[in-house]
Amino acid sequence: MRELFHRIAKYGLALAAVLAALPAAADTLKIGYIDPLSGGAASAGVNAQKHMIFFIDRINAAGGLNGQKLELLSYDNKVNPQESLIMLKKAIDEGARIVMQGNGSAVALALTDAVLKHNERNPGKEVLFFNYAAIDPALTNEKCNFWHFRFDADVDMKMAAFGDVIAADKDIHKVYLINQDYSFGKAVAAAAHRILAAKRPDVQIVGDELHPLQKIQDFSPYVAKIKASGADTVITGNWSNDMLLLFKAGKDAGLKVNWFTYYGGGLGSVPAIGHDGVGYLKQVTEHHKNVLPYLLPEEVAFHKRFTDKSDEMYYWRIRNMFAMLEAAAKKAKSNDPVKLAHALEGLKLDTPLGPMEMRADNHQLLQPLFVSTLSDKVKYDVEHSGLGFKTDKKISAADTAMPTTCKMTRP
Amino acid sequence: MTKGATRPAWWVGAAALLAVLPWVPGLQSDFGRSLLSQMGIAAVFALSYNLLLGQTGLLSFGHAVYFGLGGYAAIHLLRAVNGGWPIPVPLVPLAGAAAGLGFGIVFGALTTRRGGTIFALITLGVGELVRAASLMLPSFFGGEEGVTASRTEAPRWLGLDFGSQLQVYYLIAAWLFVAAILIHAFMRTPVGRLCNAVRDNPERVEFVGYDPRRVRFIAFSVAAAFAGLAGGLHAINYEIVTGEAVGATRSGAVLLMVYIGGVHHFVGAVLGAAAITWLQVSLSDYTSAWLLYLGLIFMGMVAFVPGGLAGLAMIHLSALRTRAVAAIARSYLLALPFALATLAGAATLIEIAYRRSTQPEAGALMTLFWIPMDTAKPWPWIGAAGVLALGAAALARIRPRVAAAWERAAEEIHAHA
Amino acid sequence: MREIVVFSLLNGAVYGLLLFMLSSGLTLIFSMMGVLNFAHASVFMLGAYLSWQISRWIGFWPALVVAPLLCGLVGAAIERYGLARVHRLGHVAEILFTFGLAYVIGELVIMAWGRNPIENRVPASIDFAAFRIYGTSYPFYKVLMTMISVGMFAFLWLAFKRTRVGLVIQAALTHPRMVSALGHDVPRLFVLVFAIGSALAGLAGVIGGFALLTEPNMAAALGPIVFVVIVVGGLGSIPGAFIASMLIGVVQTFAVAVDYSLADFLRALGMGLPPGSALREMLAIKLSQAAPLIPYLLLVLMLIVRPRGLMGTRDT
Repeated sequence: MRELFHRIAKYGLALAAVLAALPAAADTLKIGYIDPLSGGAASAGVNAQKHMIFFIDRINAAGGLNGQKLELLSYDNKVNPQESLIMLKKAIDEGARIVMQGNGSAVALALTDAVLKHNERNPGKEVLFFNYAAIDPALTNEKCNFWHFRFDADVDMKMAAFGDVIAADKDIHKVYLINQDYSFGKAVAAAAHRILAAKRPDVQIVGDELHPLQKIQDFSPYVAKIKASGADTVITGNWSNDMLLLFKAGKDAGLKVNWFTYYGGGLGSVPAIGHDGVGYLKQVTEHHKNVLPYLLPEEVAFHKRFTDKSDEMYYWRIRNMFAMLEAAAKKAKSNDPVKLAHALEGLKLDTPLGPMEMRADNHQLLQPLFVSTLSDKVKYDVEHSGLGFKTDKKISAADTAMPTTCKMTRP
Repeated sequence: MTKGATRPAWWVGAAALLAVLPWVPGLQSDFGRSLLSQMGIAAVFALSYNLLLGQTGLLSFGHAVYFGLGGYAAIHLLRAVNGGWPIPVPLVPLAGAAAGLGFGIVFGALTTRRGGTIFALITLGVGELVRAASLMLPSFFGGEEGVTASRTEAPRWLGLDFGSQLQVYYLIAAWLFVAAILIHAFMRTPVGRLCNAVRDNPERVEFVGYDPRRVRFIAFSVAAAFAGLAGGLHAINYEIVTGEAVGATRSGAVLLMVYIGGVHHFVGAVLGAAAITWLQVSLSDYTSAWLLYLGLIFMGMVAFVPGGLAGLAMIHLSALRTRAVAAIARSYLLALPFALATLAGAATLIEIAYRRSTQPEAGALMTLFWIPMDTAKPWPWIGAAGVLALGAAALARIRPRVAAAWERAAEEIHAHA
Repeated sequence: MREIVVFSLLNGAVYGLLLFMLSSGLTLIFSMMGVLNFAHASVFMLGAYLSWQISRWIGFWPALVVAPLLCGLVGAAIERYGLARVHRLGHVAEILFTFGLAYVIGELVIMAWGRNPIENRVPASIDFAAFRIYGTSYPFYKVLMTMISVGMFAFLWLAFKRTRVGLVIQAALTHPRMVSALGHDVPRLFVLVFAIGSALAGLAGVIGGFALLTEPNMAAALGPIVFVVIVVGGLGSIPGAFIASMLIGVVQTFAVAVDYSLADFLRALGMGLPPGSALREMLAIKLSQAAPLIPYLLLVLMLIVRPRGLMGTRDT
């Protein structure tokens, strides 16, 4: 009887494995996209996925990279580092040579480590890691490696941009910091302390709050603390639910402060704060809808294809990422990951918003940054809310560069 | 009841199976071996939970605590090994087992004084407590980023560096084998027998002169030790441990594994672990509704098949010896097409609904069961509902036949018993 | 200082009332039938989604009535067609059944409304500030939540103490077998209780839906805390559940306002910190960071020290 059992188990497993092993696909360059496609941060992951689909289709329509078409493989990691490693294995096994991720620095840190180990242990089967949104500075400093490329300005670069705006605003006296309790949130808080000490030592930091990531449903106690501290300005790196729930609680309580945010313009956040944010809500991004007096052709095409009101083009940097990839493929005349990586280092490209450059020393992309404020008098609004962003200050790509401690070994 | 004899033959067979699996066609890829490794880890974890729930009757909603804490202990040891400690990688999971045992003793002393629902609630509380605490003590838990280490920066052991997935699989398989033997042996000791007794009738155990609380405490600690061992293997396999290793999802997953596999059977734990791991990793590729299917299967098992997959297999195997087996087989054959139709109809409805609500950008056109359909039109819905209804109605008609055949088989089994 | 105290009290009380709304139904079910209904928070979530959907069709106030009724029907169906089969298999099987049910309801919600949070905004008819204290406005929907919650409490209390059915149920809380022996249709009672409990969860969902974020993860976020409430409050006791909810709500909210840690406390006493980074770290945790821990700490302590809870009448 036991033998029967074991036979059943063995065949069952074999059958399962055969089903699980996908057939070898046509000769395409596979890109593994690993991000949350379900759960609390899914809206961001799904939105980014649409960007991926859009730009890959564009490249394929133009003939692909060096004649090879791109194929997107998507994996749901639920913003979980563990799950991401499983998905990485899956992606590599299904043929992905480039993996892309952005939501959550914790995930990015796990992935960059895993990619490095994989490449060390499997020469000839290297994989590149394109990070489009995880902005913990460590990824291009102490945790940098040759295979990781970041296409979003990091925490310090963005805080420096804010620093200039805060330095010029004489009405800011008391600042409250509220962030998510993990590497990214702590990096934002640390950067805020540093920049404020350097550019406005007279400003008092009246609160430095760290709350659990994606767990708080009701931010009213935190809003009460902000009010009680007498702060006139809040600096926060909160994203996704944490941002819009904080806005919601602030709106309920009638909180009127300057909001310096990293992701205050993200999906759902502007409707959450509504008109209360006009003149108060600021963000630092590489793009917003009103950065030029007209919409760029990519934006128009994107909105034509994805028509739900939540389908805003939030990730201009994904456009930059694929533009760099295309240029690198052309320069290297090959799609081999190692050659692509070498080609990316130091690559300069022009964009409609200004020139950009991939730093060779730490693989950080330098692109123009914009500090903008929410306004009701702009041409293009977000999510049909009637409100949109207006540029306060533009920082050119070269000016966003920060010193680095990165020392990487190159093949 | 633990069934099956301790014939060395089938242990040898199991060892041979474990040795051969990574060479089975389809499982030879890195991902296939990675899948087998995950199944192995889950099997050790499930065996430890079987000891707790199946053998001692203790329903725990927080068993992952010991798995995770064991994992953290192991990964910290591995970091130390990376820094120069001369401990070979195969011994690292022992740190996990030790940590599991330690925490099991500490928490167990507090929580095993009662059984039943109170115990279940306490484990729920402790689980949430540890999960919440994991974010507050970054030096041990590493915060959201977790703790990483390398399994290759270690002293070589028999020339192996454990860089390849194949080597890691064999390490896991070896520990699985050892754990299975140890747990099996434990259940044969007097303490192990008492665990069964406490599960079945704690009051009587007291009357006979033993203290059910002490028995529960011992079972809990031993189960925690093996959970920690699984955690240690997990640490080696992924080279990272994060807070979700102690979380409620993982505790829930092992409960599902053991219950679906068959809570009363030793082998059930392994079966359930393999099945659920495969579902989690691979089924999600085919359908975004896999969790719904899993939940429905689980509910169905709880209500109708409490013995789980293993129990189901046992029943059928014992029916094979009766004369009624032909009648059973005939009734199954008759029911099969209608059962498939019912399932296909239901699955189609579910898949269409999921596509419309969760992946609208993928478009309205889908191909299900080799039939292309446009989900924006009503006919796929109507068609699927129709197939479902017809299939269910037919099954309802055939059900008495199946029941009658089984009754005859049951009579025969009882007559011979 | 006074501001913080007042706001923490207000916010804590409102949060506590939300917890009570959610757990009152579960107290009923757990006390009456001994079933640890894991799917209770899922019905709450269902209520939030249903009320949003129904509001879009016929407006908020009708939805306030219809959504809980639907949830009650769902609860009745769960008991009648599902759980009833499982009772004979024991408490473990019942718990596991509802455990699977929680997954299934969660997935059904995703199937119907997608994985993303839905824009469940406060309905226009109640979207205004009720009053202002110390320069902070208090939204009216929180006042509404208070009224409904207190109303629930009153309803349950009256229903138990004054109606015949209530008396029978009360008896069944402490002596279920005797009640059955006396000839009452216990299965029908079970269906009624499950229906009422689920309707209460649905009602909590209507309000909770726009007070919190309506998304598929709602149930998992609030589920564990609800168990804490009913255990700490005590089996079989509605007043106990009320006290426990308020206690947890207020204590947790106050904790968020306290930015001090044990290390600060030791320093204030003039004592140095012990060496060793792990211990230092533990002592340096601010109370505001540790706030999410508090309910579970309470749960574990209560179960160890006094398993029947604050005002429990039964020991399972």
